[in-house]
Amino acid sequence: MTWDWEFVAEILPELLRGLVVTVQATLVGAILALTLGLVFALLRRSQLAAVRVPTAVFVEFVRSTPLLVQLYFLFFVLPSWGVLLSGFQAGVIGLGVHYATYTSEVYRAGIEGVPRGQWEAATALNLPRSRVWRSVILPQAIPRVLPALGNYVIAMFKETPLLSAITVAEMLAVARDIGASTFRYLEPITLVGMLFLVLSLVAAVPLRRLERRVGH
Amino acid sequence: MAIDNSPEVASRPQPSAGDMVRFEKVVKQYGDNVVLRELDFRVAPGERITLIGPSGSGKTTILRLLMTLETCDGGRIDVDGESLTHMSRGGREVPADEKHIRQVRKKIGMVFQQFNLFPNMKVLRNVAEAPMHVLGMPRAEAETNARRLLDMVGLAAKTDAYPSQLSGGQQQRVAIARACAMQPKILLLDEVTSALDPELVAEVLNVLRDIAASTDITMLCVTHEMKFARDVSDRVLMFDQGQIIEQAPPDKLFSDPDHERTRSFLRAVLEER
Repeated sequence: MTWDWEFVAEILPELLRGLVVTVQATLVGAILALTLGLVFALLRRSQLAAVRVPTAVFVEFVRSTPLLVQLYFLFFVLPSWGVLLSGFQAGVIGLGVHYATYTSEVYRAGIEGVPRGQWEAATALNLPRSRVWRSVILPQAIPRVLPALGNYVIAMFKETPLLSAITVAEMLAVARDIGASTFRYLEPITLVGMLFLVLSLVAAVPLRRLERRVGH
Repeated sequence: MAIDNSPEVASRPQPSAGDMVRFEKVVKQYGDNVVLRELDFRVAPGERITLIGPSGSGKTTILRLLMTLETCDGGRIDVDGESLTHMSRGGREVPADEKHIRQVRKKIGMVFQQFNLFPNMKVLRNVAEAPMHVLGMPRAEAETNARRLLDMVGLAAKTDAYPSQLSGGQQQRVAIARACAMQPKILLLDEVTSALDPELVAEVLNVLRDIAASTDITMLCVTHEMKFARDVSDRVLMFDQGQIIEQAPPDKLFSDPDHERTRSFLRAVLEER
C-alpha cells in the first residue's frame, strides 16, 4: 500500500471537522475537570466527615475504574433509568469527571504547599474561612499547579478518541468510518496521529513557558 | 511600673481592674510532652508583659493558645471578661464553638516571627484586607486607615510593593501595621525580631516602642531582646518547663533575680549577644 496524496486532500476536510469535535470535547471536558477537581479538593478538606468521606470514596472509585467503563455506564446504562444523554454530553461528562479526580489531587498538593503561617496569619486577623480560601490560599496554591493542570488537559485531549466508542464523531471515529467505506486505513489513521501530535506540541509551548514562570 | 512616661499612662487602668488576660490551670501537651502544666497568670489592661525563658519552656505556646492557633488540653482562658475557651449554653458551660471564638478573638492581634504576610497581595491590601472583610469597613476607609498605619511604621512609600520586594524589617513593620489595623486590645508579639538580620532589628523595635508609648494596647511579648524588654515591659515572666518560676518588673528581674535558674538563663542570653 502506497501513500496517496490525492486521497489525503480528499479526506482532510472531513478529518478536520472531526478535529473540531475533538477540540470541543477537550475544552468542555477540561472546564468541567478543572472546576469539579477544585470542588472535590475543597470538599475533601471539609470539617464535616459526612462531606469529606463520601467525596473521598467517590474520587477513589472514579479514579480506580476505567474511563471507558464510565463512558459506557453514562451512555448505555443511564437511559434505562430515564437519563438520556447524547454521546457528546456523556463523553464530556465522563471525561470531565474522570479527570476531575486527577486534578483534585493536583489542587490538593497546591493547597498543602501553602505554608501553615498563611493560615495562622489569617486566623490572627479573624478572616472568615471562605475569605481565607478566596483571598489567601487559592491565589497562592493555583498558580503553582497550573503547569500540572495543563498537562492533564493535554492528556484529556489525547483520551478523546475513547469517545468514538459512544458514537461521538470525533477525529478517530471519522477516520475509522473513512477506512471502513474506502478500505484505505493508512492515510486516515496516520493523519489522525499526526494531527494529535501537532496539536499536543503546539499546546505544550505556552505550557512550558508557564512552567518556567511559575518555577521562580 | 518601670518605663511609663507617655501621657496616656495616667489614665491606664490599674491591675486591680478586670483582667485583660487570665489563664487558669491551663494545660497543654503534645503526646506525652507536657508543655504547660496548670499554668495560672493574669495580665492587666494596658500592661506590657515580656515572657522569657529557654526554648521549649512554653512561652510561645501561651501566645498561640491566646490566638487560638492551638487548643487547651485543660483549664480556661479569659480575655477581657469573656471566656476564650468556654461559652454558656442552656445555663451550662460548654467548650467554645467557632462563632464564639471568632467573637472573642477579635480583641487579639498577633505578629509572627516569620512575618506571614500574604505574598499574593500588595502591602496596602495586606493591611486593608481584614478591616474590609472582618470589620466590614468600606474599601476607601480601610485603605485610608491602612495608609495612615503604614505611614506610622515608616512605609508610606511602599503601599504598592509586594512583600517579596521588601526587606525583612520592612515586612515585619507591615505585619505590625496589619495587626494594628484590626484595632486589637491585645497585641501578641512572637519573637518578632528573631528572623531578622541584626541591622534590621532596631527599626522594628522602634516601631513597637512607638506603639507602646502612644497607645494603651495590652502587649504580650516573647523575645530575646532584653534591652527592649527592659524598656517596654511592666513585668517580665521567667518560664521554665511550663511554669512561671519568677516574675518581677524588668529592673528587678534583670539586675537582681531571685532564682538561680533565671540568673543562669540571663547570663546565657547576654553572652550569646
